[in-house]
Amino acid sequence: MNQGHVADVIVIGAGIIGAACAQALARRGLQVLVLDAGLHNATAAGMGHLLVLDDNPAELALSDYSLQRWREHGPDLPDGCAYRNNGTLWLAANAEEMAVAHSKCLNLQAQGVACELIGASALRQREPELRESLEGGLLINGDGILYAPATANWMLDTPNIRQRRARVTEVDGHRVRLDDGHWLSAEAVVLANGVQANELCPDLPIEPKKGHLLITDRYPATVTHTLVELGYVTSAHNAKGPSVACNIQPRPTGQLFIGASRQFGTTDPQVEGWMLAKMLKRAAEYMPGLARLNGIRAWTGFRAASPDGLPLVGQHPQRRGLWLAVGHEGLGVTTAPGTADLLVAQLFNETPPLAAQPYLPQRFLGEPVYA
Amino acid sequence: MPELMLDGHALRVAEGTSVAAALALGGNGCSRTSVSGQRRAPLCGMGICQECRVTIDGRRRLACQTLCRDGMQVETQP
Amino acid sequence: MNEYADLLIIGAGPAGMAAALAAAPSGARIVMLDDNPLAGGQIWRDGPQASLPARARQLRERLQSHTNIRHHRGTRVIANPGPKQLLVEDDDHGWLISYDKLILCTGARELLLPFPGWTLPGVTGAGGLQALIKAGLAVRDERVVIAGSGPLLLASAATAKKHGATVLRIAEQASFASVAGFAAQLPRWPAKWLQSFSLFNRHYRAATHVIAALGTERLEGVRLQQQGKIVELECDRLACGFGLIPNIQLGQALAYAIQGQALAVDTWQASNHPDHFAAGECTGFGGSELALVEGAIAGHAAVGDVAAARQLWPRRARWQGFANALNQAFALDPQLKSLAHPDTLVCRCEDVAYAALAGHTDWREAKLASRCGMGACQGRVCGGAVQHLFGWQPSAPRPPFSPARIETLMCLDDTPPA
Repeated sequence: MNQGHVADVIVIGAGIIGAACAQALARRGLQVLVLDAGLHNATAAGMGHLLVLDDNPAELALSDYSLQRWREHGPDLPDGCAYRNNGTLWLAANAEEMAVAHSKCLNLQAQGVACELIGASALRQREPELRESLEGGLLINGDGILYAPATANWMLDTPNIRQRRARVTEVDGHRVRLDDGHWLSAEAVVLANGVQANELCPDLPIEPKKGHLLITDRYPATVTHTLVELGYVTSAHNAKGPSVACNIQPRPTGQLFIGASRQFGTTDPQVEGWMLAKMLKRAAEYMPGLARLNGIRAWTGFRAASPDGLPLVGQHPQRRGLWLAVGHEGLGVTTAPGTADLLVAQLFNETPPLAAQPYLPQRFLGEPVYA
Repeated sequence: MPELMLDGHALRVAEGTSVAAALALGGNGCSRTSVSGQRRAPLCGMGICQECRVTIDGRRRLACQTLCRDGMQVETQP
Repeated sequence: MNEYADLLIIGAGPAGMAAALAAAPSGARIVMLDDNPLAGGQIWRDGPQASLPARARQLRERLQSHTNIRHHRGTRVIANPGPKQLLVEDDDHGWLISYDKLILCTGARELLLPFPGWTLPGVTGAGGLQALIKAGLAVRDERVVIAGSGPLLLASAATAKKHGATVLRIAEQASFASVAGFAAQLPRWPAKWLQSFSLFNRHYRAATHVIAALGTERLEGVRLQQQGKIVELECDRLACGFGLIPNIQLGQALAYAIQGQALAVDTWQASNHPDHFAAGECTGFGGSELALVEGAIAGHAAVGDVAAARQLWPRRARWQGFANALNQAFALDPQLKSLAHPDTLVCRCEDVAYAALAGHTDWREAKLASRCGMGACQGRVCGGAVQHLFGWQPSAPRPPFSPARIETLMCLDDTPPA
C-alpha cells in the first residue's frame, strides 16, 4: 500500500521544532506535510522561556542566534502567543554565585548579548518579592517568554503546510510508514518528535528528562522578569539524579509559572508529590511570599535530552533522506528558529547562518556513509 | 454582627453571612475581574466555579465558602 | 500535623452525615471533611437565611454528640500522596490524613450551560442563588427569573420568594408532559419537600428555556423561548441551572470505576478498591432521601456491620426508583446545545469563547489550543458544559484537586520514594 509522493518534505512532529522547520521550509516554497500522533508533547508542557544559555559556545551561539530571530518576529506573533520581552534575571544567592554571574556577564557581552549585573539592593528594587539576603543577579534583557502551543499552531498555519493526525511506525530514509500500513514518501523526512524519536530511530541517544511545573492563580505585578537561580547552572542542569532549581516566570495574565525539576529514568507522567514539594520549597527559598499564593494546576512534561545538551540537527549519516531535528532538552522553544534555519540551509546545501558542525548528528551516529 | 471592610468601605452583616452575600450587601456584588476585563460575581454559590475569588486578609479565598468575621479585610480588585 | 482516621468521610451533606452516624456506634475513629463552613451539604446548607428541616438539625446534633466523630470544616482535599493518605487544607493550614477506610460523599454540582450574557453579574446557578440567599444574600423586592431544569428550580424559587423576591418566571426546559408525568408519580414518595412541588405556580412554564441574559455591566433582563414564542422580561437576577452532575474528580483520582457520569459502587456502596466506598449524589443524582440511605449503608459496611447495611437495601431501592423517574422526566432538550453563540464564553476562568472550542476532536486538544479548562475551576464548570455540548470526556484529575496554597503543597514529604 503506497500513497507515493505526498509532499516535498514530511515532518514528523508538530511541536515547536517541527512547526518551525515546517514553516521555514514552506516559506521557501516547499510543500510540507506535518504528521503528528497527538501525544503529549514537551511544547505543550513547557514554560515557553526564551533564554540565552552559555554553558558552552555552541549552546550560546544557537540560543543567541535564535533569540535574535524571536526578537525580530516576536512582536508580529498573534496575541494568543503572548510574546513578551521581559528578560531573565539570574539570581546569585552568595558570593560564589555572584562570581559566576560576573564571568557569565563577560562571556555574554563578548558575544554581543545585552546584559547587566545587578547588586543586592537594586535586585530588591526590581523584584521586591525576592528574599532579602540574595547577593545580586544578572539581567539578560533580550530574553523573553511566549505561549508555545499557540506559537506552534501559528507557525503551522502557513501556506504550503498540510497537517495530518497520524502515527508513524517506521521510517526508511525519505519514506515513512503509518500505523494504518500506508507508506508515504517525500524528497526528505524530518524527524522532530522529541522523546518519541527513539521509537523510529533507535540509534538516537535521546533520553526523556521529566520535569514538573505548577501555575498559580492571578497575582498581577508580583514579579517582572523570569527569575532563575544561578545554582541552576551547577545543580539541576547538569545533575544526574533528581534535582530542582528555582525558576519563576511571570505570565502576562499575572499568574506565576513555577519550575524547575529534572528526573531521568522514568516515563511516568504522574505528578509526583515529593518532587512537587521539593521544587516548590526551592522556589519559596528565593521568593518566600510564594508560600501564601494559590497553585491551581500542576503537570509534568518530558524533555528530549541528548548526552551533550545540544540538539541533533542535520541529515542522518547512515539513512539518506532522513533529517533530524531532535534532542533540544529544555531549549526547544528558544532554539526553534535556529534549528529551522540550520536545517533548511543544510537541506538546500546553503551556508547556514551559524556553524552547523556542533549540532551534526554524526558526532553521535558516526561519519556519513554517503557522499 | 460582624463588621468587615469591603474594598475600603465598612459593612456590618448578620452573623453567619458569607462574604459572597456581603459583596452584594455592601457593593455591586462583584468579586473579581476576568482575564478580559469583565467584572464577575458569584455563580455557583458552592465553591466550584471560582468566580467568587476575593482577597481576604491578604489571601485569595472563595467568598461563598467564607463566613464574615469582625475586622475582615476583603478586596475584590483586581 | 498528621492525622489518622479509622474511617475518613469526605463530605458532610446528607450522605456523609448518615455515614458517620451509622459508623459511630462501632467506636471507630471517624473524621469527616467538608469544604463549607457548616455541615449539611447543599440541600441542608445552613446560614442566616436558611431554615433547616428538623431532620437536618437532629442529624447535626447527633453528630456533635459522638466524641469519636471529628468534623473539619472549610477543608478541601488537595492530593493523594500515597496509599490511604490525603493531603488536605483549610483556611489556616495544610496537613496529611491517613485512613483505613474511606467514604466519598462529594455530592453533585449544577450543570451550567453557556448562553449569551451568562457571565453578567446577576446571573447565578439555580441552586447557586438558593445557596447565596441562605448565606445572607438580600433579594427583597428583586425581580428574579429562575430557569434551567429540574425540581431544584422550584426549591430555588421558593427560597427566593420566602425572602422577599418577586419570582417573575420559572422556566423549565422539559415538556409539560414530562413534568406532569413526574408529578403524577410523586404520591409514591411522600415527603415534606415534595409536597411543596406545585405545578400550579402561576409563573411556572414548561418547554421554556433561556436564550440570552441581557444587560451591559450587569443583568437587566432575560430573553426566553417560551413554548415557541420569544419573551423578554426585565429582571434583577437570573438563576439558571440544568440539573446536577456528580462530583467525581476525587474518585477518579483514587481510580474508582466510573459508570455513566457517576462513581460506580456495589450493593455495599463499595468501589472497585477494598476499603473505599462512595455514597450520595456522587454515585448518581437521587435527592436527599437516597443520599441518606446510601450514606448509612456505606457507614455500616465500612465498619463491618453487614446486617445493618443489608437491612437498608429495600429503602435504597425505593428511593432509587424516585431518582430514575426524576432523571427521565428532566432529560435535557438538544436545543440547549445550541444556546451559545460563537463569541459566548464557555471557559469563564480563561475567557475562552465557544468558537475557539468547536471543531476540536477532544477535551485535551481543545484545552491545549485554547486554554479552556486550565483555570482555577480546573474544568469543573466548562468541563461539565463541553461534556454536554460535545460529548468530550474530561481528563483524569491531577493534584492539586482544588486550588491550594503553595505552603500546603510544601507539606508533602520531599524525599524520593525508595
